[in-house]
Amino acid sequence: MPADRMPLLDVRDLCVSVPGNGGMIPLVENVSFCVNEAEIVGLVGESGSGKSVTAMALMGLIDSPGVQVRGSARFRGQELVGMPAKALRTLRGRDIAMIFQDPMTAFTPVYTIGWQIDEQIRAHERLTRRAARARTVQLLAEMGVPDPARTAQRYPHQLSGGLRQRAMIAMALSCRPTLLIADEPTTALDVTVQAQILDLLRGLRHSHGSSVLLITHDMGVVAQTCSRTLVLYSGRMAESGPTTTLFARPAHPYTAALLDSIPPLYGSRPHRLPAIAGVPPTPRERPAGCAFGPRCAYVHATCLPAPPALAPIGAGQLAACVLPAEGTPLPPRTIAQGMQP
Amino acid sequence: MIPALLRRLGQTLLVLFGVSVLVFAVFFATPGADPTARIAGRNASPQIMEKVRREYGFDRALPVQYATMMKKLFITRDLASYADRGELVVPQIEQAAPVTACLVCGAAFIWVSASIIMGTLAAAFRDTWVDRTLMLAGLVGISIPVFWLGQVTNLITQSRYHDTWLFSWVPGLGYVPFSEDPGGWFRALVIPWVVLAVMFIGIYSRVLRADLVALAGEDFMRTARAKGLSPTRVMLRHGLRTALVTFVSLFGLDFAQLVGGGALLTEVVFGLPGVGRLTYRALTNLDLPVIMATVMYSAIFVVVANAVVDMVYLLLDPRVRDAR
Repeated sequence: MPADRMPLLDVRDLCVSVPGNGGMIPLVENVSFCVNEAEIVGLVGESGSGKSVTAMALMGLIDSPGVQVRGSARFRGQELVGMPAKALRTLRGRDIAMIFQDPMTAFTPVYTIGWQIDEQIRAHERLTRRAARARTVQLLAEMGVPDPARTAQRYPHQLSGGLRQRAMIAMALSCRPTLLIADEPTTALDVTVQAQILDLLRGLRHSHGSSVLLITHDMGVVAQTCSRTLVLYSGRMAESGPTTTLFARPAHPYTAALLDSIPPLYGSRPHRLPAIAGVPPTPRERPAGCAFGPRCAYVHATCLPAPPALAPIGAGQLAACVLPAEGTPLPPRTIAQGMQP
Repeated sequence: MIPALLRRLGQTLLVLFGVSVLVFAVFFATPGADPTARIAGRNASPQIMEKVRREYGFDRALPVQYATMMKKLFITRDLASYADRGELVVPQIEQAAPVTACLVCGAAFIWVSASIIMGTLAAAFRDTWVDRTLMLAGLVGISIPVFWLGQVTNLITQSRYHDTWLFSWVPGLGYVPFSEDPGGWFRALVIPWVVLAVMFIGIYSRVLRADLVALAGEDFMRTARAKGLSPTRVMLRHGLRTALVTFVSLFGLDFAQLVGGGALLTEVVFGLPGVGRLTYRALTNLDLPVIMATVMYSAIFVVVANAVVDMVYLLLDPRVRDAR
């Protein structure tokens, strides 16, 4: 990253912890990444890896009692961590917008789609009802919603999942945010709709100049959309780097295992896809050493006393693993087809 | 629309029929309820007993007696009381109904406003002293029996402190029609309103708070906050508006049973000549015609209120609208 160009979002050592068991339980530990203008960055991990918590912490949306957010998250140079609620509120929805996983439940059931989009527009801009509705209809049209004027007058339960997610994206884009946080936007949708929504997200860079932080557990989605990728495991960063590099030469065994669990497009298919044995540790049972240690095929004595630090591997790639430094890096992968940068 | 109305009408008739048969059967199965002896009076000769029995038709088969009573109640409307001979029942109800309606509507206004304010505040300040104080007050309200509260307020406002500046405005027990003296009407009813509302404020504010707290975890509430709306707007326009759906259905049924005579205790304590007190008197006298008439009145209200709740539901919840 050139020094003269400030990233849109610069997250440094973000930690989120909640009280419990007489102490603080860390949900997210020392997560650092940045998102540049008009870039799509993927945040990958299993359920409970802290990817949604990271996003919610950025938005100031965690409201469980006693939650502690430390570290720094600068959005266009403004510090988000510790920002007064009111200032954060004007940023929320206007400059940083969010799309949620389940479009079925993300709209208030008693208002029309149009009403809810109008509401967001009018919360941030002085516009008449009529002008807001005009923009709503136009946004819905841009998102590929058929008959947008009539769809705006319909209630959430009257629309299909795909249409609802389009409406959700239209709502998120209604105030032309510079950063869009998409929390598993395609998980609840079927595959064809999923592809359409991803297309839409990719197009936003050009049509709206928006950067996207895409949170997902699906490596396939990452390969299709993200220029850079961040892999989280149990609240800690496992690996980060350009998507192409990460997919071709994963440096962390967890990344490699995730990639192995995608069915290959070409060549002979394995009888059974390899799965990662075991489950990730819960935040309160996280081991002292590498959190992936108990499930890792390469685990050895150096992994156990303390979590390995993130170390540069080269070409913008970072990995929290001792293997590369010990001179026994993972072998590069051969299958990396069907990828777009 | 027309078929729905007809269906609702059919349901109403069915409910009325079932309830009236039940009241009728229970009455005649009650030992010591024999109306002949009551009407003829104590130590009546067998001849008089026989005469009364013939005159009132108690010698006929029960289904015939039932049919006659229904005809007198609904068609000729000249059903007479057994206890006060010659006193017609329908005009009694017509006199009592407005009193009860005034009492219940005023109380309903108080309890709905108070519980919405209390429940919303408690949910907004969840787990703070505001929440705990309000919910404790609600619990106290639920726990106080209405007749006790009524007696105590009477004791305070009518006798103990009646002569102080605080309560000298309180009129004696009883009802003042609105058409005669609006001010007197208000003064006569304001204390009964509050007393009747207290328990409902407790119940409704606690239910509303629980609903709002449950809704706070919903995805759409998170969306509303992510849109950058103010916490007040999120709470009122998204939370409270959605929670109203449950609130209204609860309200409709409570309101109906109160208007139908459920405010009996309050009416008796404050000497208000409403439907509840009429029922109470009829029950102490075992006066079947009046019991029958008040029960029918009450049943009609519950059914009508159900219909109204359904309509309001349609207005409040678009999902129900489409399910039709």
